[in-house]
Parts: sequence; C-alpha cells; structure tokens
Amino acid sequence: MSASVHAASADAGFVELISRTAVLRERNIDTDQIIPARFLTTTERKGLGRFAFNDWRYLADGSPNPEFELNKPHNAGAAILVAGRNFGCGSSREHAPWALTDLGLRAVISSEIADIFRSNSLKNGLLPIVVAQDLLDELLDRPGIELRIDVRTRTLHLPDGRAVEFPLDAFAQTCLIEGVDQLGYLLRQIDAIHHFEQRREAARNTTQEQPHAR
Amino acid sequence: MTTTTPHPTTLFEKLWNAHLVAPESDTAPAVLYIDLHLIHEVTSPQAFAELEARGLSPRRPDLTKGTLDHSTPTLPAGNDGRLPYYTAEAEHQVDTLRRNCERHGVELFDFDSDYRGIVHVIGPELGLTQPGQTIVCGDSHTATHGAFGALAFGIGTSEVGHVLATQCLLQRRAKTLAINVEGELAPGVGAKDLILHVIGEIGVNGGTGHVIEYRGSTIRALSMDERMTVCNMSIEAGARAGLIAPDQVTYDYLAKTPRAPRGADWDQAVARWSQFKTDDGATFDREVHIDASAIKPTLTWGTHPGQVAAIDAHLPQGRDADEAKALAYMGFDGGAAMAGRPVDVVFVGSCTNSRLSDLRQAAEVLRGRHVHPRVRMLVVPGSEQVKRDAEAEGIDAIVRAAGAEWREPGCSMCIAMNGDLVGAGQLAVSTSNRNFEGRQGKGARTLLASPLTAAACAVAGHVVDPRAYLDPAFNPSIKEVA
Ligand code: SF4
Repeated sequence: MSASVHAASADAGFVELISRTAVLRERNIDTDQIIPARFLTTTERKGLGRFAFNDWRYLADGSPNPEFELNKPHNAGAAILVAGRNFGCGSSREHAPWALTDLGLRAVISSEIADIFRSNSLKNGLLPIVVAQDLLDELLDRPGIELRIDVRTRTLHLPDGRAVEFPLDAFAQTCLIEGVDQLGYLLRQIDAIHHFEQRREAARNTTQEQPHAR
Repeated sequence: MTTTTPHPTTLFEKLWNAHLVAPESDTAPAVLYIDLHLIHEVTSPQAFAELEARGLSPRRPDLTKGTLDHSTPTLPAGNDGRLPYYTAEAEHQVDTLRRNCERHGVELFDFDSDYRGIVHVIGPELGLTQPGQTIVCGDSHTATHGAFGALAFGIGTSEVGHVLATQCLLQRRAKTLAINVEGELAPGVGAKDLILHVIGEIGVNGGTGHVIEYRGSTIRALSMDERMTVCNMSIEAGARAGLIAPDQVTYDYLAKTPRAPRGADWDQAVARWSQFKTDDGATFDREVHIDASAIKPTLTWGTHPGQVAAIDAHLPQGRDADEAKALAYMGFDGGAAMAGRPVDVVFVGSCTNSRLSDLRQAAEVLRGRHVHPRVRMLVVPGSEQVKRDAEAEGIDAIVRAAGAEWREPGCSMCIAMNGDLVGAGQLAVSTSNRNFEGRQGKGARTLLASPLTAAACAVAGHVVDPRAYLDPAFNPSIKEVA
C-alpha cells in the first residue's frame, strides 16, 4: 500500500496524494465499462467497488481475470489511475466515480476526461487530471511510477523532479481541500434563488403567461 | 427575460443568461436556475436519501416530474396482476421512487398513468418540454429536449439532490459548437444516419466541453421526432447538450400536447419562445459543416458511437490498438464488408428512436414481410402514448404478423437493465444510442442504426441496405402508415 492522502479535515478534503500509478491504456473507456448498467439497480451509493470494471475484471466463471491490469498484484493499492484519452465518456451515472473511489482510487489522469464524469468525480473526492497527450503517452508507457499530486498548487510531481501544472477550477480546488460540500454552498444562495423566482413570476404576470399552468 | 441584446448572441448564450441566478467568477461557478427537473428510478434514490439525511425537502416539487422506465419490465403484468420484474432489486428501486414522489409531492407517471414512458419521450409529448427552458435529468440523454430550443443536459445524482433542494445547479459556462448541415437527405436516409455520420466526422470526443447547436436547411426540414433523434446523441460526441432553435415546426408540435399553454397564454408563449434563436452575426467557438446529400444509411461497426461506416463501406483494417480491440470484440475481420453479416437480434426502441414516426418506419419495412427465422426482433414503444397511437394505426399488428415482439414501453434493450438482453457473442442491430461493450448484455455486440435499417436487417437476417426494401417513391420523412 503506497498511497497516502493528506487531508485537511477528517472527511472529504485532500491536499496531497502520493501513490504509484495503475495504467489502463484503452482510449474512450466508457461508463458502461467502469460500472455495467446491470449493477445500477442499487439504491445505495456504497460498496460499488466490487462491480468496478466488472466485465474486464472477471472471467466468465466469475474468477478474477489475471490479464486485467488492475488485478495484477503490483497494482494493488494504487490510488492513481492513468487511462487513455477520453476517459469516462457515456452516461451520467455517478455510480462510476462511486465505484472507482470504493476501489481505492483518488485520482484519474488522462488527456481528455468526459464532462459529466469529471463533474461527478469532483463531488466525490476523485480528482480528474487532464494532461497533455505527450505526457499522457509517457505515463501510459511507465506504469507503476510514483507520482505526487499537490492539490494546493495544482501540480503533478514526477519521480525525475519535473513538476507539471494541471487545470483545476478554483471552486473545485477549494471544495477538495476544505471538504466543502456543494449543496451546502448552494443552500447559502437561497435568498438569491428566491429573488430570481420572484422576478420571473412578476415578469410572467405582467404578460399573463403561465408556462407551467395545468 | 431576454429583450434586445447589445451584441449578437447565440441561442446557448440567451438560454444561459436568462437563467443566471448568480454569474460565474474566477472563484465560483454560476448558479443556474432549472425550469424542469425530470427524475427516474435509477439515478434518484441516493439523491432523495441525501436530502432526507439533511432534513431538506424539494424546493419546487411542481417543477419536478417522475417516470419509471429503466428497470421496468416490458412484458405486461401476469394473471396475478404482478409485473414481471427482472430482479427484486429492480422492483425495490421502482418502489423507492414511488415512495419518494408520494412523500414529497412530486407528480409521477406511474403504471396507472396514460403517459408513463422513457423520460426523454414523455417530456416532449406531454408538452412539459418547452423552448427557452433549462431542463435537467440524471440521465445523459437529456440532450434530447434541446430539439425544442431548451438548454437540456444530464447531471449526476449529487446534482439531482442539488436541484431537488434548490432548483439550481452550479455550472461553468460551456463553449459553443455550431454544426451546420446543408442539403437534402436522400430517400431512405434519416435523422439517425445523419447524427451517426456527424459523430463519425467530429469523433466521440468532438463535442467535449461544448454545447452543440444544429443549424442549416437540413435541420430546419426535420420533424420534431427527427430533431429529437439528432439532439439525443449529442452526448455520444461528448457534448452535454444539443440545441435546435424553435420554429413553426416546434410550435405545431407543442400545440397538440396536453400541457402546453392555451389561448392567450399560448400566443404569449410563442412570442417569448421565438426570441430563442442565434442572432445573425453571432459567433461560435467552433463551427463544422456537413453535406447532408452525401450521407448514406450509416451504422456503427465498433464499440463506441464514433466508429461508424456507411452501409456500402468496408470496415477499417484495425491498424491502431483501439480499432483492433473493437474489431476483436465485435468478431469482425478488418477490411471486411459492412453488409452481409448475420444478425441475431434487432431492437427498435430507446429514447433515440421509439417515437411514432420511428415505429412507422420500421412497420413500413415489416408490412407484408417476415422477420428472418434466425432473428429475434423486439419493438418497444417509447411511451404509453406512442403505444396507443401506434396501435390505433395497426402498427402492433404489422409487427406481430412479421414475427416480431410488440412490448410495453420502457428503455428495454437499450440498457438491458430489465432483463431484455442480447446474449454474449450475439450481433444486434439496434436503434438505440450506445454500442459500448456489454451495453446490451455482457458480451453482446451492437450495431447502431436507423429504424429503417434495423427493420430491413431483421427481414434479411443480415446487415443490409434498407433502400432495397423501400418503394422507390417512399420518402420516410413524410410517408405515413394508412
Ligand atoms: S432509452 Fe436508453 S439511453 Fe434512453 S434513457 Fe433509457 S436507457 Fe437511457
């Protein structure tokens, strides 16, 4: 177990992650691979790690597929997944980041990460890191190297001393570090929301328009 | 509301600006107001649980509508009156939504409703979906509703909770991509072929970070059903939303829906809706041009929706690792012809192609013909209303007489959560939207295609050009089953 997460608070927040990488080279790994739809009948968000990459991870008889990267002993405990371009495409299922975090992953690195998956990940303490294609190619070719991810400086530190900045929305960064929950933030805007509704209601009444009538 | 704007703006910008509760800044995303929140059984239970854990209740249950579609059986109730759920867990999921809607005063289109169906089919046909709105759902194909000039996109379950609690979302503004389509679609070529072709052109990640606006004479000539097919698959190019500006076609469609405004309200609404269009001179972050007249019936051949080929094309050689992997999964040889491969299953359904006009097209091919003995064919209407309308036209009888199964509304084999499965190694031609590995069942192989192509493949028993089955005078966009 080489992963370590330094969290500012006991719950969601993290400021730094040090871990070896596990690599899935495939491009366009979609959410149906991350967690197949037949496992979505759950009403829980916990415990989905056992279904992560199910159809790649297990053979027809249910035994672990020894060829699948994440099943290989040297990848045990890796908290950083490096994956081919356009990771997480497909559905909006938040079950995908739920399954990955339950598997112990805290960061995904690719040269492109699908929009909804990225947004879902940030709400679940899974850091999506987009890097240039040439750096990704290098990371794909060197599985198992130890990376240090500094959320405060938005920097990826490679073993040879290189430090690479990655894009991270300032708001998402604060949420990760402080463990702030986004619903709490939205709830603090409730006055502005109320005013918006009133403004619209007034505008509609002057035009006698009631689009949601009946 | 939107009035005269100082500089030309795009449809997307107008929609965005009209819903800003708080603008975005360097340190915080925008707070965007949501007009319509659609929920279904799969992505909502954890959101309601979170709400209840915090002692909250939905802010605007009146703007929230629920339906049951993903986990529901497409076979009718048995003699005991019980629906044949695939698993007890699926039934529990449905019961959970029922309970949540009841407890929180959310209208649910349940099995006793005349309007239950796939979430993206019922919103438009009820007239809940209207131009100028923001619409979200815990489902990536929410993009479908963009066909009405609404900013509609899929959200995760945490965000479902955000919208329930506050009717708002935290959002960063997307970039804009115009897809300009000009020219006439050839007979036998439809909206599905068009969007598959577009995804093939721009790539499965070609729309990432963007909201697409579909424009041009080809788009204007499409019916609402066809526009929905196009917008539906925006997510398959990585875009969260697809838009088409509302016009007379939109208003004519909405005028017939049960929940559209009436009388003076209607006139006011149309006046407001017509402002939602891109101004002349407005600029997009990116533009793409597509020649519609060059498009042929198009199918996917691989394991993502960007891997497409025209019906008369040959498969790629599989020189790069991803192509080789896709060909291996599909059991195809690189360079082989697309047409002629034996088909095991045909599925006509899903939020992409389960509306009345889609079923008419399938029926047009099936009428007086028989499904090949090797093929199992399922036709699944998108909603109770589609089913009723189709049955009134005798489409169910045509489908049954051809030896295909006529089912109850739902997502069915599109996502294969309800027991409607394609077997491992079987080849399915499907009118749905995703051909990912295992999407239609573990080991299942999927070719995405139009309803015409799907029905033609069912009759032939192999992948075939649907134009071989059409009356030369047949124009699928206007032809109606008598
Ligand atoms: S039909 Fe398919 S794509 Fe559409 S909502 Fe249902 S599962 Fe999703």
